[in-house]
Amino acid sequence: MLAKRIIPCLDIDRGRVVKGVKFRDIIDAGDPVEVAGRYDAQGADELVFLDITASHEDRPTLFATVEQVARQIYIPFTVGGGVRTCADVRALLSAGADKVSINTAAVIDPDFVTEAAGRYGVQCIVVAVDAKRVNKRKEPPRWEVFTHGGRKSTGLDAVEWCATMVEKGAGELLLTSMDRDGTKSGYDTELLRAISANIPVPLIASGGVGSLDHLYEGLAEGEADAVLAASIFHQGTHTVGEAKEFLAARGINVRLPPRAA
Amino acid sequence: MSAIGVIDYGMGNLHSLAKALERSAGSQRVEVTYDPDKLAKCERLVLPGVGGVRACMAELQRLELDAFVREQSKTKPLLGICLGMQVLLDHSEENDGVDALGLIPGRVVRFPDPPAPKPGEQRLKVPHMGWNKVHQRQPHALWQGIPDASWFYFVHSYYAEPTSPEHVLGEATYTHTFAAAIGRDNVAAFQFHPEKSQQAGMMLLNNFIQWEP
Repeated sequence: MLAKRIIPCLDIDRGRVVKGVKFRDIIDAGDPVEVAGRYDAQGADELVFLDITASHEDRPTLFATVEQVARQIYIPFTVGGGVRTCADVRALLSAGADKVSINTAAVIDPDFVTEAAGRYGVQCIVVAVDAKRVNKRKEPPRWEVFTHGGRKSTGLDAVEWCATMVEKGAGELLLTSMDRDGTKSGYDTELLRAISANIPVPLIASGGVGSLDHLYEGLAEGEADAVLAASIFHQGTHTVGEAKEFLAARGINVRLPPRAA
Repeated sequence: MSAIGVIDYGMGNLHSLAKALERSAGSQRVEVTYDPDKLAKCERLVLPGVGGVRACMAELQRLELDAFVREQSKTKPLLGICLGMQVLLDHSEENDGVDALGLIPGRVVRFPDPPAPKPGEQRLKVPHMGWNKVHQRQPHALWQGIPDASWFYFVHSYYAEPTSPEHVLGEATYTHTFAAAIGRDNVAAFQFHPEKSQQAGMMLLNNFIQWEP
């Protein structure tokens, strides 16, 4: 049976892996190929690279990084950050990315998703959605789509938006809770379940992981198909292998190495 | 010098596949091309593909590669991957029904819409995307050294239904059990992506490169 996926997320700035808290206190965390290779060896099911380079002029650096990773890593990887046009999608796929993640550009022009999916196939189009809880206390839960790192409201209902994105051609959704991102207090499992129960494509949970229990909650309670995490892996708190052993012991179907033949 | 021809008919990104083959190829050249003259000189061929089957067959026909692939498969090893596997059957129901190459009897159908999960069950989505175990159903040179029930990476909404069980090399289970690897004579094909399936996938490609059917 299909395994739930564990996906380390790497922030990339001008060709280096960086880590920081909510885009502050950013420090260099190494060479992308080395870091990716380490996670691959630990049993990561996929990787996500998020380009946070401020200037678009540094784009060639990103393409070079993607090419190097593609040459050495034989698991699927997604690249996101600043993907605005079909030319951006094509450039990343030709550099060796398996999927691209589209965020703000989908909000600006939803038909861009359709165009990209039509040209390159739905299997390589991930739509990233940043959602924030907006209901008042005692009201039923409601989430809105935000852009610009959670600063700019779009007025779009997150559940409806995810359904629209699937209609437009998203092959997969990467859903980040902006309330939980960087807090280490766990995924917003209510948000995850609201989306997972209503959309037919795979859902990747993101935002808030601080412990292995949180990964379990995202998969079991949130019904996500995959969990994305950054700091618990980057800070060396846990390896991907430890996360998988933990989840397997709790009955989650994960990809563990086969026993020798 | 012998070469491995990757049939490039514009359906999808061949970067990872070419790189993975090159890593296994040793002294063999990897040629990525749509030119039948160049492909005819290769010792073995790989037919990749992602996207829709109608566009895929239309491109193969436009480049006059459909009859070429049928002919070549009689004399040399041919490896189909993902959509490149699905077009080896007679017919696919995708895009309102499209006739395919017919190298392996059978058809290609869509996964049924998964039912709502019972408590404690996994919620299934279509596409079937991610890592799943492949159970080897018969011995084959391409399985050499690969443990049974190894994990491979899949992305697809349609799957092959070969008419004869003798053409099923391996199966995986999603909404139900389906053919994940098929083969007949010189032809072998996988629904999953060996180039994205870590060691097991690299070993499969390596086995294909050495395969003498």
